[in-house]
Amino acid sequence: MSSTLRLSGLRAPLAPFALEVSADLRAGVTALFGPSGSGKTTLLEIVAGLRRPTEGSVRLGERMLVDTAAHVWVPPERRRIGYVPQDGALFPHLSIRANVLYGSRSARRGGEASGAVPAAFSFESVVETLELGPLLDRPEIASLSGGERQRVALARALLTGPELLLLDEPLAGLDAALKARVLPYLARVRDEFAVPIIFVSHHPAEVVALCDEVLVLEAGRVLAQGAVAELFEPATEPSYVLRPSAPLSGPARMI
Amino acid sequence: MTAEDWQIVVFTLGVSGLGTLLILPPGMGLAWLLARRDWPGKALVETLVALPLVLPPVATGLILLRLLGRRGPLGGLVERWLGVEIVFTWRAVVIATAVMSFPLFVRAARVAFEEVPVRLEQVARTLGRTRAQVFLSITLPLAARGLLAGAVLAFARALGEFGATVMVAGNIPGKTATLSLSIYGLVQLGQDGAALRLLAVSIVIAAASLWIAEFWLRRRTGPGLIP
Repeated sequence: MSSTLRLSGLRAPLAPFALEVSADLRAGVTALFGPSGSGKTTLLEIVAGLRRPTEGSVRLGERMLVDTAAHVWVPPERRRIGYVPQDGALFPHLSIRANVLYGSRSARRGGEASGAVPAAFSFESVVETLELGPLLDRPEIASLSGGERQRVALARALLTGPELLLLDEPLAGLDAALKARVLPYLARVRDEFAVPIIFVSHHPAEVVALCDEVLVLEAGRVLAQGAVAELFEPATEPSYVLRPSAPLSGPARMI
Repeated sequence: MTAEDWQIVVFTLGVSGLGTLLILPPGMGLAWLLARRDWPGKALVETLVALPLVLPPVATGLILLRLLGRRGPLGGLVERWLGVEIVFTWRAVVIATAVMSFPLFVRAARVAFEEVPVRLEQVARTLGRTRAQVFLSITLPLAARGLLAGAVLAFARALGEFGATVMVAGNIPGKTATLSLSIYGLVQLGQDGAALRLLAVSIVIAAASLWIAEFWLRRRTGPGLIP
């Protein structure tokens, strides 16, 4: 697949330091791993088009999304990048069904998006994969549990037929039991839909369970990038730690 | 209630309603800009808009009189272009009430917009909606409660407007006299009976608008205007 996400010379202010990232993220599931405040969410927002970098470029496959040098700026509604923030950010004034269908290109005519939605992202397949059937006709967002909210938010993003899916700590607000129930849904999304995913997390166990590659961020910089197995080793189960031998300064990987 | 009383009531409701409707679009636009954007001159505009709130209404009325009078910069233009006189007509009443209620509405609307999480608007953009579509489908419905409360506040302020109106529109029975102006005028003339009748009407109108607003706000859950 040609949907490599190429981040070149990205810079953005980020108290108390600056975000400075260059990296190629190949298709599959990439984890953005690092402590809170390391710039993970900022980077995600730049990719989604919610924040402008002061310098640098973002290219998804053949499409240039941002290039400060060439004054290229594709607004978020034309990026075809699904973004699921931590709490799901469901619209409280809309029904659950209306939330799911909010960005669905087949549900509304015209819109800003160009191009057809791949058949894989049909309403039926998304609802089936995330087992949303029983939830759709519940009246209110407030009646959903944390895990259910995440599934609704995921479905909403998938129905736009995204070329890239950004998940910002989708499991962060959930307790261990709920995490264990939501994780399989994420794995199913990974397996059912041919969409590259960037998954923000600071939990090694989630990264190992779900991801192919890891980009380790610290204080706004790329500390390491590599395959999950390269960077993590099993520690006291069920946890993982960064390998001491992890290529923390792999020459091509640092800026 | 005499025919004159009715005329006064209908006129007052009409100009207050029109004044409130007039300030809704610019008020919402300005409130959104104040809540969501930083721009040069923002502080100055904020002060200018809030001025009628802190200035004596009569002083605001004098400013309007100077601006809108036949020889004023705005009044002259309007008269030349449209052949319409403003001062001492019903138009002046509408403008006076609108100017006086504008800051109240902008304040309420600004808070209403500020309370809509930016996150929701951002996510809506990533879901393929333009800025304008997001405003209509997310921001506006989520701010609706606060906007409605602001509009009621503005309407109530318009109903009771006195100082600015009397300066710029006078108190001409059958032409520019609102409830407040008429009550004052009647008391001046010693016609206390008629004044009391209008007082009773004022109370009914005020209570009714509060009650209607309360009904609307409660339907949208949460606390209303009455604590």
